Amino acid sequence: MSEVIATNQTILVVGGGISGMTAALEAAECGKQVILVEKNPSIGGRVSQLYKYFPKLCHPKCGLEINLRRIKTNRNLHVMAMTEVNKIEGEAGNYSVTLHTRPRYVNENCTACGACGEAVETEFDDEYNYGLGKRKGAYRPFNQSYPERYVLDPAIIGTADADKAKAACNYEAIDLDMGDSETTITVGAIIWATGWKPYDAGKIQPYGYDRYKNVITSVEFERMLDPHGPTGGKILRPSDGKEAKDVAFIQCAGSRDLNHLKHCSRICCMASLKQTTYLREQYGDDTKGTVYYIDIRAIDRIDDFYQNVKNDANITFTKSKVASITEDRETGNPVLHGVDTEGYDRYSNPHELVVLAIGMEPSVPADGFPMPVVLNEEGFVELDEANGAFFAAGCSADALDVNRAVQSATASALRAIQVVNRVAGAEG
Amino acid sequence: MSYNNEMIEKYRGNFLKEVTDNVEEGDWVKMCMQCGVCSGSCPLGPHWEHPPQEIFMMIRANKREEVLESTSMWMCTSCYNCIARCPRGLPITHIMHGLATYSRRLGLAPQQQPTAKFAQLFWNNLAKTGRVNELKLGLSLYFMNGFAEGVKTALKMKNIGLNMLKTKRMTPMEMLGGHGCKDAKGLQAILKKAEELENVRIGKSGA
Repeated sequence: MSEVIATNQTILVVGGGISGMTAALEAAECGKQVILVEKNPSIGGRVSQLYKYFPKLCHPKCGLEINLRRIKTNRNLHVMAMTEVNKIEGEAGNYSVTLHTRPRYVNENCTACGACGEAVETEFDDEYNYGLGKRKGAYRPFNQSYPERYVLDPAIIGTADADKAKAACNYEAIDLDMGDSETTITVGAIIWATGWKPYDAGKIQPYGYDRYKNVITSVEFERMLDPHGPTGGKILRPSDGKEAKDVAFIQCAGSRDLNHLKHCSRICCMASLKQTTYLREQYGDDTKGTVYYIDIRAIDRIDDFYQNVKNDANITFTKSKVASITEDRETGNPVLHGVDTEGYDRYSNPHELVVLAIGMEPSVPADGFPMPVVLNEEGFVELDEANGAFFAAGCSADALDVNRAVQSATASALRAIQVVNRVAGAEG
Repeated sequence: MSYNNEMIEKYRGNFLKEVTDNVEEGDWVKMCMQCGVCSGSCPLGPHWEHPPQEIFMMIRANKREEVLESTSMWMCTSCYNCIARCPRGLPITHIMHGLATYSRRLGLAPQQQPTAKFAQLFWNNLAKTGRVNELKLGLSLYFMNGFAEGVKTALKMKNIGLNMLKTKRMTPMEMLGGHGCKDAKGLQAILKKAEELENVRIGKSGA
């Protein structure tokens, strides 16, 4: 890692997802010095794990490509991967931030040729695919990952696999002696964009996510559609690998529920509507999709999308919060039980696959925030004067879709720029 | 004017307000978002005339008589599945019991509903001596639906009864008054006073 030079006119962006990338780029392209830190080996975040965006149904790969180009060509922007913020001290315009960087065991010489990945044998659950597939102990997180370098899993260090990886590398890129490092930098403003995580579906006990293989979450479903993903782009049942043509979508899985997340996660209605189009794309008239919902919250221009899905004869909507799921042992089909509140009809419907439209939980560091921060009752960061020049962007601020997360990121970039401009003005 | 008519006069056309004011936990009814998870979670759901979330909608729709004369809320067995799952934290079990109590107070509770009948038998039995007389309670249950059916049930249960006598789980002496608490008269006075206070609280005169 090259030496980081930062002053109180530098902006620190924490989190390299769509919001963090946007905020960092907006500020850097205004001529400000920006440091972007990311906990994972690659920036890109959860948006890079999506198959398509709503409502235009274009591929996030494309937007990521554009953002990566902007990042690579911008001299004001410095990306630090595998780095977390340990401590923040000071005040608006003058923060002292301690960063902790985990070892990657791969240096700048790496060309991402993949020889080390082929050499090692141990496999691990692939985080990028939410554990649906496996990855090697030396790996590239995904094929657009940035920095464009491999990374060694710390679990293989000290084993024969690590030596195999080192031996396979022709560029002297593997450095097994790399250790943890701490850096303290000075910055003027902080943009917090650590995003969200899917709510732990196992906690929704009646839905049996932890018991039934054919009950999956919406984020896992997205991974299935990726042509390079764990199922090669096919919608398959985890239990037996059969094609899943009859799919149920359960809305508000964890959201709008005092037992789980109190807030509406905003993205899930549109995500499920979008995912019904995947069914049609893959199986045509041969498919059957059922959306179980309390109410569909597709507003503004995305209402057109909802109307189009509603007009699809193969997609039905059942106004009901599903009470519980059981499993038909013979077929492996999850059976959904509940009452259709339009007509009060009781149902027990088997489906081949159930997708839980999982709620959005703010992603908060395990040990809490590195400085006192005002949060709202749902755990999102408030826009509060007491937070000084600590501004939340994207899903750290609220449950937002990509569109609104980017708007939020741009807004926080502007707030941060105002702070560092004030500092610059005071110092002449 | 009967208490029921008084209430009709008072809340004319606003049953939700009537429930909010008079039913225990009734102010929660307005919080229901009609997701249906309570109805789907109820183990006795298929046997209810109107499951809870339908009852809540009917309350809002001013279906006063249909709700209060319904047998539905008497079906609740207090398993608390609905409370555990309700996404908005409604104490559904308690509301059901509250509605049942209120309908009985108005004299609208269904006369032939077994749970309602049993509740009355149990109360009468208990309030007399301060202790439940199981022999009398059992017999009054047998004869709940008339003499002929009572004899039939008694014969059917004969062997169980004899075995209970043999193992001293039941004594025929209970028939003669039975055991009670130390001061049954005192207890009855307490209950009477409580009823008076309750009638003042709910504004029911002369009852």
